[in-house]
Amino acid sequence: MNYELEHLLALEAESIHVMREVAAEFERPVLLFSGGKDSIVMLHLAIKAFWPARSPFPLMHIDTGHNFDEVYEYRDRVVAEHGLRLVVASVQESIDAGRVVEQTGPRASRNQLQTTTLLDAIEHHGFDAAFGGARRDEERARAKERFYSFRDDFGQWDPKNQRPELWSLYNGRHHRGEHIRVFPLSNWTELDIWQYIEAENIDVPSIYYAHERDVFARDGMWLAVTRFVTVADDEEVERRKVRFRTVGDASCTGAVESDASDVSAVIAEVASTRITERGATRADDRASEAAMEDRKREGYF
Amino acid sequence: MELLRFATAGSVDDGKSTLIGRLLHDSKSIFEDQLSAVEDASERMGLGETNLALLTDGLRAEREQGITIDVAYRYFATPKRKFIIADTPGHIQYTRNMVTGASTADLAIVLLDARKGVIEQSRRHAFIASLLRIPHLVVAVNKMDLVDYSEDRFNEIVEEFRGFAAKLDIGDLTFIPLSALRGDNVVARSGNTPWYEGTSLLHHLETVHISSDRNLIDARFPVQFVLRPHTDEHHDYRGYAGTVAGGVLKPGDDVVALPSGFTSRVARIDSMDGPLDEAFAPMAVTVLLEDELDVGRGDMLCRPHNQPTVSQDVDAMVCWLSETGALAPGAKFALKHTTRSTRALVKDLQYRLDVNTLHRDEANGTLELNEIGRVRLRTTQPLFFDEYRRNRETGSFILIDEVSNNTVAAGMILGESQ
Repeated sequence: MNYELEHLLALEAESIHVMREVAAEFERPVLLFSGGKDSIVMLHLAIKAFWPARSPFPLMHIDTGHNFDEVYEYRDRVVAEHGLRLVVASVQESIDAGRVVEQTGPRASRNQLQTTTLLDAIEHHGFDAAFGGARRDEERARAKERFYSFRDDFGQWDPKNQRPELWSLYNGRHHRGEHIRVFPLSNWTELDIWQYIEAENIDVPSIYYAHERDVFARDGMWLAVTRFVTVADDEEVERRKVRFRTVGDASCTGAVESDASDVSAVIAEVASTRITERGATRADDRASEAAMEDRKREGYF
Repeated sequence: MELLRFATAGSVDDGKSTLIGRLLHDSKSIFEDQLSAVEDASERMGLGETNLALLTDGLRAEREQGITIDVAYRYFATPKRKFIIADTPGHIQYTRNMVTGASTADLAIVLLDARKGVIEQSRRHAFIASLLRIPHLVVAVNKMDLVDYSEDRFNEIVEEFRGFAAKLDIGDLTFIPLSALRGDNVVARSGNTPWYEGTSLLHHLETVHISSDRNLIDARFPVQFVLRPHTDEHHDYRGYAGTVAGGVLKPGDDVVALPSGFTSRVARIDSMDGPLDEAFAPMAVTVLLEDELDVGRGDMLCRPHNQPTVSQDVDAMVCWLSETGALAPGAKFALKHTTRSTRALVKDLQYRLDVNTLHRDEANGTLELNEIGRVRLRTTQPLFFDEYRRNRETGSFILIDEVSNNTVAAGMILGESQ
């Protein structure tokens, strides 16, 4: 008898184990759902982990108001299909309440503002564990994350003083007001995510597949023309065949030129690409050498 | 494709980053934007050449100090296997982070410099790998180019290392002469070492047999969560969700539930993909029994004729991980073992082990940060355990400080206290 476990099954088992631990040991866990492929796979695992019972985690979407229409449509469809509870925490409301100040100018983005909205919502709802879809292969600060990442009263991450994490024994203990970020996809790569989407036949928003779109070049990326960006006079709008490798705000998420119109074509593309997904498509990571580490310390995803 | 998790231990000076960089590079897992970012940073820092350590040293403090502080995980694949590298710090000050990275590894690579041979640090790394029962240890004798690819020098190092390793419990020990910088014996066998009859490092990583490293003999199923859907379709469904921690479970198997001792039979092994013919470690499944038993989180299913030790008195090796305070007899902690949480009292610290010399110091009354020793514990509830050397899942535990909530010790069970 052969007792080798295929790598996707091993990754799936590890993620399911973590999700069941959280369900057993926390009072108010929540699953952070952006409508991006990683949070979609995470939700799929949360459903598998508890089948035939219902997944015990509500979803929370930190809504900048600047997402792609296809992503909002996808979110609402999935929530209705699985009868899930959805909490929407709105960056617009944080702005209206004076908690954060909207950036101005042609490159304004709500990316950084999300942290305040996220932390306020975690506190408001009393969530003690928040699942995030971050993967260690995405970015070098994320490569340092634990599965259970402790956050203090202020939601902050202290990367130099992380709890040791051994075997499959997870320490979720915390005081009132503190919480744990849980990253069940820590060991998945972009390619694993796509292979799993194919193997499990998981539906993702259409913008992940190649389509014709009006775009313009900025900072070496193709940004989509949407109501959330201002095209400068010297920027030229072109119609190109593109797809999105990551899904964040329309204002800072770039598209890549691609002919990959189905999942197997995307897998072939991801397997041969020479640029990381965040490097190719995320202006928010380019602010500095340690852009992600700095944001994560403050409580970002 | 199978997944192999391996840990690397060593310092920049041993060429650890160069080795990881080469494995990633030659498997096309370094991306152009990562490489150019590292090149830019190396230039800004005034380094003569591209420093591949900047790829894995992901924290600002690490880049500033030029050392690895915490574990970083890196991923690559070849057509044969997927790999997860836990890149762990080599310095004694960060032993606890090495322990973290090593706890789930199938294989460890201990790097040493062919010019320096076996130094204190290499002995410490080998000891930690053996303490954590990493099934396969590779001693990568690096910088062979700087000793003219000398067979004699290599053999000398092998002999010295074997002498030390004889005192340790190491299952599978492999020596590979290589030059990470020049690429000798990393991906392909090198013409510079015609006397070397083994395989390249990558070939070894691709082919080392790991599926039998997991315990496939002693069926152990710690119950994690009870699934009761209460829906019309699944009205009487009562499933025990958990991750198989050892052995193989099949429908029809007789099982006993601990601690109650009630017996039943496996009615079905479930997953959302449909019922399964069998489940083995580390599959996450749902077990249904033929009888209605009172079984909940923290209980364990096993076979009636192959049960773990059930006891409140445990002898274990522990590694103290906390900067604040020390482990001393009389201290009490929260303890997590499989899916069971209880409290533990340190009854006795039998000795502290010098990780460099393996000398047992019985006079020392406490364990400080990064120190390893043998303790006797008494728990408030019985644990269902196997010796760590027999099963890493059912033989390991962590201690948690009940005030700070920090994880303060990693424990490896030796057996029931006599």
